[in-house]
Amino acid sequence: MALNIVVCVKSTPSTVNVGVDAEGRPKIAGVPTALNPFDEFAVEAAVRLKEGAPGSTATALTVGPDAAAEVLREAIARGVDAGALVTGPEFEGGDSYATSLALSAALKKLHAEKPVSIVLFGKNTSDAGAGVVGTQTAAWLDWASVSAVKKIEAVDDKSVTVLRNMEDGVDTVKLSLPACVSTIKEINEPRLPSLKGKMASKKAVFPKWTAADLGLQPAQVGAAGAGSVVVKAALPPARPAGLKVEGATAAEKAAKLVDILVERKLI
Amino acid sequence: MANGILVVVIPSRGTLSPSSYELLGAGKVLADALKQPLLAAVVGGNAAALAGDVASRGVAKAFTVEHASLKDFTEEAYAKAAAAAAEKSGAARVILPSTIAGRALAARLAVHLKAGLATDVTEILSDGRVRRGYYGGNLIAEVEFKTPVGVLTVAPMTFPRAETAGAAAPVEAVAFDPGAPKTEFVSFQGETSREIDLGAAEKVVAGGFGLGSAEGFKPLFDLAHALGAAVGASRRAVDSGWIPYKHQVGLTGRTVRPKLYVAIGISGQIQHLAGMASSGTIIAINTDKDCPLMQMASISVQGEYAELLPLITNEIKARKGHAVPA
Ligand SMILES: Cc1cc2nc3c(=O)[nH]c(=O)nc-3n(C[C@H](O)[C@H](O)[C@H](O)COP(=O)(O)OP(=O)(O)OC[C@H]3O[C@@H](n4cnc5c(N)ncnc54)[C@H](O)[C@@H]3O)c2cc1C
Repeated sequence: MALNIVVCVKSTPSTVNVGVDAEGRPKIAGVPTALNPFDEFAVEAAVRLKEGAPGSTATALTVGPDAAAEVLREAIARGVDAGALVTGPEFEGGDSYATSLALSAALKKLHAEKPVSIVLFGKNTSDAGAGVVGTQTAAWLDWASVSAVKKIEAVDDKSVTVLRNMEDGVDTVKLSLPACVSTIKEINEPRLPSLKGKMASKKAVFPKWTAADLGLQPAQVGAAGAGSVVVKAALPPARPAGLKVEGATAAEKAAKLVDILVERKLI
Repeated sequence: MANGILVVVIPSRGTLSPSSYELLGAGKVLADALKQPLLAAVVGGNAAALAGDVASRGVAKAFTVEHASLKDFTEEAYAKAAAAAAEKSGAARVILPSTIAGRALAARLAVHLKAGLATDVTEILSDGRVRRGYYGGNLIAEVEFKTPVGVLTVAPMTFPRAETAGAAAPVEAVAFDPGAPKTEFVSFQGETSREIDLGAAEKVVAGGFGLGSAEGFKPLFDLAHALGAAVGASRRAVDSGWIPYKHQVGLTGRTVRPKLYVAIGISGQIQHLAGMASSGTIIAINTDKDCPLMQMASISVQGEYAELLPLITNEIKARKGHAVPA
């Protein structure tokens, strides 16, 4: 049972500690980028699935500028076999709606070449962080989807059974393939890039697909295709100066703290 | 033209959660802002039985979608059911909760309804724009929908709960065709411990690397019980194996927004603040008075956690009238 696995990854600013410029846009020019932290778990899940099913392949897929190819290399260094880059100025400024359409078109192309079994996603990105791209991609494709997956319990050539972390417990859900599976951090402990992987990542060449290559109109993707737009970014309001609880002894501090809690009706 | 604000209520295991009333509260804010009627749809196994409660909380009309395929939550069936209700209602905005289920439904609904999507909304402005955190809550985005229909999920603990108001609105059942399901619900394993869910907790007590060991979480759990709070943790505490990942608060953990957040032995790195900075009152307990969390806290107590926590817990119990026997 060989699987054709795809893992969707994103290149995001390597810090969330960003400010805002005069026009109300995040100041990210010059901030180094990296593989979105949550995608590390999806990449690891892809590699483990591949290792568990001989003859399988794992491909990393991203939508982004040319430089986003770096995260495809990172995925290869961590054990994925190949990468594909969806790129072009028309993709700039897309939201989850437009980006998931682009991903779905790229997945259709991959699926036509060789049927895709499972598409893995991270929980959310560290920039926009909506946590919906995996599900939206599945919706465009009319494939099954599941999010908050903490364990892939079983997989065969027709279905995948997963454990989904809900707010009140854990669901077991079985999906027909192909399916989009969004993971959470609990799913695994990502390995570090291997030396062999790093060598392979340096040599890797990626197909580059534009909107036209994917049969999409420029109006459907990027800022033009977005369903929502961030009109302004701002720093959160500053918190008022805090109160220091002083006291000669720990007991005195504890009593004072509880006084304040009672006063503010917090207990 | 699309008209109306539709709140989609998803019963959890057959019952309504308090967050459903928060959704109706958010719906009211948006309905008032856009001067459109407030509508509700209850989607799920037990929808008809729960619709009366929803219909009596200030909505103009309620819809129900009930079907054997909706007994347990699966993304495609629920999304199709919610889409049927949304289309029937003709709503311009569809509001769901920022839960695992709500987010997945919103994602599918947005594609189905060709609608823009904004998740984790914390504020609704008078012109109908919404605000949400991004860059781990380090920035606040003001989002505008470009499409006639917009879908949003609202962050827990941000909007007032709608109260019962006057007579119940009419309820209409909506038919839907689940088609051939691609997802089969196998089973549910409930949370065995009686711990309070972090995401919807009104109070959170969180511990960090400063607690030194799994043992160090014991007095913290005692304090949490005394306060009726959920337990959170920093990534360093989780990575050290002292407490499971489900307790992690922050960029790669849960986002919380309680009225009270007590951070004990947590330095307050940006990735931790990402998950809790919009809490109401923040109390920091730390030996280092200069660490970021002590600097940003509403109330800071400098000191050893091992010494302070039992004293605080006993003091709370004493005030509540259950003095601990010596
Ligand atoms: C991509 C990425 C994602 C991350 N995601 C998260 C996340 O989701 N959540 C998160 O929390 N972190 C996250 N981090 C890690 C974050 O950067 C910090 O390392 C982490 O938050 C530190 O945890 P801490 O405050 O418990 O530990 P420390 O920074 O080590 O702080 C320990 C604190 O305990 C105090 N202390 C020590 N002894 C005592 C005592 N006896 N009594 C009282 N106080 C004491 C110290 O003064 C210190 O302030 C992430 C990092 C990266 C790179």
